[in-house]
Amino acid sequence: MSNDATAPLIRVEGLAKRFTLHQHDAARINVFEGLDFEVRPGECVVLAGPSGVGKSTLMRCLYGNYLVDCGHVLVRHDGREVDLVSATPQQILGVRRRSLGYVSQFLRVIPRVPTLQLVMEPLLENGVAADEAECRARDMLGALNLPEEHWGLPPATFSGGEQQRVNIARSFVRRYPILLLDEPTASLDAGNREIVVRLIREALAEGAAMVGIFHDEDVRNAVATRTFEVAQYRAAA
Amino acid sequence: MNREPENVPEPAPLLQVDGLTRMFGHVTGCRDVSFELHPGEILGVVGESGSGKTTLLRCLSGKLTPTAGAAVFDSRRHGPVNVFELSEQDRRRLQREEWGFVHQNPRDGLRMRVSGGANVAEPLMNLGDRHYGRMRQATVDWLSRVELDIGRVDDKPRNFSGGMQQRIQIARNLIHAPRLVFMDEPTGGLDVSVQARLLDLLRELVRDLDLSAIIVTHDMGVARLMADRLLVMKDGCVVETGLTDQVLDDAHHAYTQLLVSSVLQI
Ligand SMILES: Nc1ncnc2c1ncn2[C@@H]1O[C@H](COP(=O)(O)OP(=O)(O)OP(=O)(O)O)[C@@H](O)[C@H]1O
Ligand SMILES: [Mg+2]
Repeated sequence: MSNDATAPLIRVEGLAKRFTLHQHDAARINVFEGLDFEVRPGECVVLAGPSGVGKSTLMRCLYGNYLVDCGHVLVRHDGREVDLVSATPQQILGVRRRSLGYVSQFLRVIPRVPTLQLVMEPLLENGVAADEAECRARDMLGALNLPEEHWGLPPATFSGGEQQRVNIARSFVRRYPILLLDEPTASLDAGNREIVVRLIREALAEGAAMVGIFHDEDVRNAVATRTFEVAQYRAAA
Repeated sequence: MNREPENVPEPAPLLQVDGLTRMFGHVTGCRDVSFELHPGEILGVVGESGSGKTTLLRCLSGKLTPTAGAAVFDSRRHGPVNVFELSEQDRRRLQREEWGFVHQNPRDGLRMRVSGGANVAEPLMNLGDRHYGRMRQATVDWLSRVELDIGRVDDKPRNFSGGMQQRIQIARNLIHAPRLVFMDEPTGGLDVSVQARLLDLLRELVRDLDLSAIIVTHDMGVARLMADRLLVMKDGCVVETGLTDQVLDDAHHAYTQLLVSSVLQI
């Protein structure tokens, strides 16, 4: 087991994913198979390919949100590799809490909790004291230009772009060693996109490993260190 | 950069269920159910009505004797014990001291003839507390924790709305600091808006108190919101299990796919 600072933080081996739709005569959708890739500290690997090729599916497999049919998803966690394919639910939750962040396109949170509290949560869960967590959450929301009047409100009524910034704040308020970004800038204006680009670059400079899906070409060009074509592993139908 | 503490290794399960079966004559209540529940974990049990959820919950909580199987609970008093091998007296004490049970219908969980405050205080009394001032204070604390008007502490449950009755029931089941709470459709009979607030409250409480809970629900939205992990039941058997978001977003069993696709948006 190497603790080399450049060792991959994610290593995917022989990954296969298919869906069986039981309500539609058990129709099979074979998304990919034999998929290999790895991501090292400081890398931002951008998943590329046409709509439906399996970019989001791959990302959800990396998060333990989708079950895989074959292969391994090895994630560096507390100095060792955990295979999310064989990990227990408790282990996966631990990996997500401390090592693996995920920014989805949509904010899915508990309805009544105010924004500031939501952004503090990832810190509190990791043992950061409440007053320090609040300071960091305020800084983060400020950096993302979310108007302060919003901080005490639950985000349910926020605009798409405001919700997305809450989502981003939750994932960048602490440094996850690994971050998965599924179109984190889709509903942001140019100014806010630039801020997010800066956050991503800072985290990369500090050694985070990222996997991203960005439909916006400017954002993609600004953060990608490498592109990964999912289509090369398209499964035989 | 701040250093954030590393977590401790995985603790032993709080509850370990093995091969739990309950038959009603030839009819299956639940069959061969096995799972582990860890400290601080919230397990959701989902499935349509008649799938065996309530039977399972009633067996686990010692209200119903299973036909076969074991449920080993790591109790404060005895250490790990098979709930079904305890004497009636020990089992009742375990229920009083270490468990809570929130019924769908507050009528089943409250004493309707005594005041809301007395309902909340009673578990402490049952545990032998005789210090009136301290119990009164704990009751007031709990009433405010579940967001009830303290001025109404002496009202009878029937004078409260369904949602408020449910809050009293929740306070009554948490005041004695249980380690495990069973909940059977805890928001089942309520309006959607009342339900949402109650779920938020429950979730907060469960997290703050580091409780373990088993929540039976047929509502996938409730399951998504509350549970870390899900058991999906059909015809008395567990057909699928896993992390909540995994089971709901990438359901594998035909029955789970049907359940998930029947909801508008979760
Ligand atoms: N939970 C699911 N159940 C069944 N099929 C799914 C599921 N998720 C994705 N798929 C299918 O897998 C294939 C890949 O979808 P995916 O969302 O990964 O594509 P994508 O590359 O992210 O596309 P886009 O660029 O449009 O977001 C599609 O055929 C999709 O219908
Ligand atoms: Mg996608």
